[in-house]
Amino acid sequence: MAYLDFLQTHGDRLIDGTVVTVFQFFLATAVAVSVALLFGLMRLSQNLAIRSVAVGYIEIFRGTSLLVQLFWIFFVLPLFGINLDKFLAGFLAVGLNMGAYGAELVRGAILAVPRGQWEAAVALNMPRSRRMWRIVLPQAFLIMLPPWGNLVIEILKGTALVALISVTDLMFEVRQINIATFKAVEAFGTAILVYYAMARLFVTPCMRALERAMARKTGKA
Amino acid sequence: MIEWQWGLVWELAPRFVDATGKTLFAAGGGYGIAVVLGLVFLAMQRVPLPAVRVATREFVELIRSTPLLLQIFFVYYVGPQFGLILAPWTAGLIAIGVHYGAYLSEVYRGGIESVPKGQWEAARAINLPTVTAYRRIVLPQALPPAIAGMGNYLVGIFKDTPMLSVIGVAELMHTATTIGAESYRYLEPYTMVGAIFLAISLPAAFCVNAFEKWVRRKLGMAK
Repeated sequence: MAYLDFLQTHGDRLIDGTVVTVFQFFLATAVAVSVALLFGLMRLSQNLAIRSVAVGYIEIFRGTSLLVQLFWIFFVLPLFGINLDKFLAGFLAVGLNMGAYGAELVRGAILAVPRGQWEAAVALNMPRSRRMWRIVLPQAFLIMLPPWGNLVIEILKGTALVALISVTDLMFEVRQINIATFKAVEAFGTAILVYYAMARLFVTPCMRALERAMARKTGKA
Repeated sequence: MIEWQWGLVWELAPRFVDATGKTLFAAGGGYGIAVVLGLVFLAMQRVPLPAVRVATREFVELIRSTPLLLQIFFVYYVGPQFGLILAPWTAGLIAIGVHYGAYLSEVYRGGIESVPKGQWEAARAINLPTVTAYRRIVLPQALPPAIAGMGNYLVGIFKDTPMLSVIGVAELMHTATTIGAESYRYLEPYTMVGAIFLAISLPAAFCVNAFEKWVRRKLGMAK
């Protein structure tokens, strides 16, 4: 079968590309989660300066395109003496961009934790930091997990853009294969199926499992 | 260290004005296709044939969970393999329209499902025809939640148009890259593109919000 021949010839490149995509995905997710937590909390600060920094960050990264940010980080930052390796620039841009969306999810979830939980923590004389870590954040985490499931899929899709700064991910490899063979259906079609399998068979089940685990932990199962 | 050159900014301004027009056209055209396709996908998930329903459901999921960039390449390069050559603009609008159509069908579905079951039952109880039930009872209530989502995706489609630059659609990103290649200046073009996106998407997001509130008030659904 022609398609099996295609897979046999280009299988190695497809697997290499998929591995790079998986790395980019995990690193970008780590960046996004840290950024989201940091700026989501800053957004709720009582200090106006801290709050303004967070609002500025969130609006700038949500208001411009991921592709624009990626190119800015990769092509413009070196002009200021900041040279980032393309692999680093790739997941950093995706993570910083998605983190801005995540920060709004963090903010919304923290505000959605019932008032009584805050008051009870105050009544027990908990210090502010412990109130946040032990009482509010675990419950907020449970509230924001479902929308994070969508965001994590967006991160996976976002990593495809790093191919445009020549990171050799799956997108990059199938583009090269298409240029060399003109087999667009096989090349791009395979990549679509791989991304779909990753999202549907890996990311979504993992997020669901996490939701269940967290629900059990906070006694809401 | 590099100096910001205002002279270059003014010199490039006319080209960016032109490119902004093309970006807005791409976003508008793509959105028009998406609004219609979203309805088609929604209708196909409500037909009485289970096979069609499952296939459409799976297709929508496939589109939503794979990168738009990949879909743009797919549409643009698959045609020629079968002797059908699409212009970059055509391929780009189709790809972006199908992608956001899948998202919008979910928005519509969410809106309709947010209407309480009792509203349907009441419409049936007073013997309203299905069409009237949709038009007078369900859709007006499904609209406000759907409008928020639709507005967000309008801003979203605008922010995704730079991806069309990869197949040679001469929108903002493509223009900036071309200028960079001509003049070896990257600071001003890329920064200007960012500023233009910010200048359009922030007010747009604000208007979407205001519009949603207005519709809610208009339909007597003040929150």
